Amino acid sequence: MERIIDLGKYIEIGINALEENFSFLWSAMDEGITWIVDSINSLLLGTPFIVFLIIVILLAYYAKTGNKMFKKEGIKEGIGLVLFIVIGLSLIYAMGYWEDAMHTTTLVLVSTFIALVLGIPLGILSAKNKTADVIIKPILDFMQTMPAFVYLIPAIFFFSVGNTPGIVATVIFSLPPAVRLTSLGIKNVPEDVVEAGRAYGATGKQILRKIELPLAMPTILTGVNQAILLALSMVVIASMVGAKGLGSIVYQGIQQNDVAKGFESGLGIVILAIILDRITQSFANRR
Amino acid sequence: MIESNSVKLRVEDLTLIFGKRKKEALEMLMQGASKAKILEQTKCAVGINRASFEVYEGEIFVVMGLSGSGKSSLIRCLNRLNEPTSGKVFFKGEDITGESNNELLHTRRFEMSMVFQKFGLLPHKTILENAAFGLEIRGDDKIEREKKALDALETVGLKGYEDLYPSAMSGGMQQRVGLARALANDTEVLLMDEAFSALDPLIKSDMQDELLQIQKKVQKTIVFITHDLDEAIKLGDRIMIMKDGIIEQIGTAEEILTNPASDYVSAFVEKVDRKTIITAESLMFTKPSILRLDKDGPMRAIRKMREQGVKFLPVEDEQRAFVGYVWLRDVLDLADNKEKSLDKALKTEVPSVYKEYTVEEMLPLISGNNYPLAVVEKDNGRLLGLVTQTSLIIEATRFGDEEVKHLIRKANDI
Repeated sequence: MERIIDLGKYIEIGINALEENFSFLWSAMDEGITWIVDSINSLLLGTPFIVFLIIVILLAYYAKTGNKMFKKEGIKEGIGLVLFIVIGLSLIYAMGYWEDAMHTTTLVLVSTFIALVLGIPLGILSAKNKTADVIIKPILDFMQTMPAFVYLIPAIFFFSVGNTPGIVATVIFSLPPAVRLTSLGIKNVPEDVVEAGRAYGATGKQILRKIELPLAMPTILTGVNQAILLALSMVVIASMVGAKGLGSIVYQGIQQNDVAKGFESGLGIVILAIILDRITQSFANRR
Repeated sequence: MIESNSVKLRVEDLTLIFGKRKKEALEMLMQGASKAKILEQTKCAVGINRASFEVYEGEIFVVMGLSGSGKSSLIRCLNRLNEPTSGKVFFKGEDITGESNNELLHTRRFEMSMVFQKFGLLPHKTILENAAFGLEIRGDDKIEREKKALDALETVGLKGYEDLYPSAMSGGMQQRVGLARALANDTEVLLMDEAFSALDPLIKSDMQDELLQIQKKVQKTIVFITHDLDEAIKLGDRIMIMKDGIIEQIGTAEEILTNPASDYVSAFVEKVDRKTIITAESLMFTKPSILRLDKDGPMRAIRKMREQGVKFLPVEDEQRAFVGYVWLRDVLDLADNKEKSLDKALKTEVPSVYKEYTVEEMLPLISGNNYPLAVVEKDNGRLLGLVTQTSLIIEATRFGDEEVKHLIRKANDI
């Protein structure tokens, strides 16, 4: 078929121009992200398995039970998750994928963190400002539905292979739920409570801090949970541009047609996903 | 601007228009266009149409109207939750509508607090924190605000509930928290927007009593919005009735009931149980001729009765306090016996009431002997006027009350 318009070409020209004219920005971003990833990675890898396990158990148990922590019903509620964590993480350790699992965790933590730092303020903005909402919404649709592989191409272009393009692609992919759910949470704060705040002389900032954010928190935390899960689902794709971790083992499994390797590392991702999901969900469901 | 001390809030020509083409709509309104025409031409809705009124210090001023009457928009103009399109709101003589943002925040924090129909409590804060919310917003330190909030909670009868969350409380209790939050700020003005409308009837009635109790203690200036006429009558020192954004009438419950200013108001008040509102003061005929026990003898009494064409006259003593009645036939007997004083003819066991007695309270005083009820001054016993039994019965039977019919029958039998 004959092409009437060569849209891709213009995009390419645009990307090229961005790459050439802002190379200082990309390299600064690359350095920054690499530094954060390396620090967290060495922290996680420097922590002995048993210490890490205990920290995760305590965190999960606290998230699940809250102030019922030391009561009988709290133990009843939290014991299942604790057992799962012990068995799951030990299995990953025993299969010899501990280091890879930590790489993956780092990748997920860093990209989720960046997604939240960008996403929550954007969500607040789109809840408060109609014009911003109208602009942000279609961009989010675009980000979410464009196949994630497509981001990888320019990402390599800007950052070359390694963790950074993987993280950037992951951030783009996991940003939308953070924005959307923050916005939704704030829009759903009952009008009468906000009005009460105004009537008592609260400033816009006070209303946001003392009324809207606390009331929207469960929804925002659901957004955090979604962002984490989407980030995890990206680890295999990120590994294609050189990100280390369980994802790259899965990728190797695919390339080498190695069922055992693929299954083991895939299972590792599932275990991490379930643990992260349960912890964040418990925080979201508080009260 | 000089303003009398007792006026706390003064509203002048307040107009509120919703929509985008406010200016155009306002011009049309000033030229006397109808609401419907304005809506058609400018797509703007007129919420309040040139309302002017005053609220006095220490009174409960009830704004009453059905939904869409503009009453809720009106109360929100007082603290500018709704920005008035034109007109002015004066608080203690100062124009609130011209205030800058900071001044407005100050007004909301220190001068007026508000109670809402849906309570507006924060679910993530405890009862104590909720009651202290207004103080937290205005920056009081924690110790001070908790102390004030505790006092306020005690006032509304919620001592001991401080650490619960709103979700653990019933509607009535939640609204007490809402009231405590308003009281904790210790503002001069309380704005109450349908504060009890969401509550069950019994709890509502309790809360009304409680509010009146609290008001006795705190003496705030309260603007109370309601759609319930019974509530308006129970709470309001004065009532303002609104319809379609226009003030129909302002007055005491009694003034509105006895002298409705428009067909709308009279249609509205028709259903009210007048027995509990109409008082002796409005039923009595004033300035009756009176005999002085120490001065007037039988002959003068007879002459006075003939002049007036009545069969009896009230009598007062030398301190001008009401003592009873004398009847024509008794006085004639005295005259026959050449008595000089009215003493022997005086009937002292007669019903007397104060001017704020309601018809309901006076009904049991109806008796067969047809004495009128004497309305006397509370402190010196001076006669203010007389309420005839007939007028009392007429007032009461407008509503076909079985009990009253029975009383008439009984009265006729004798």
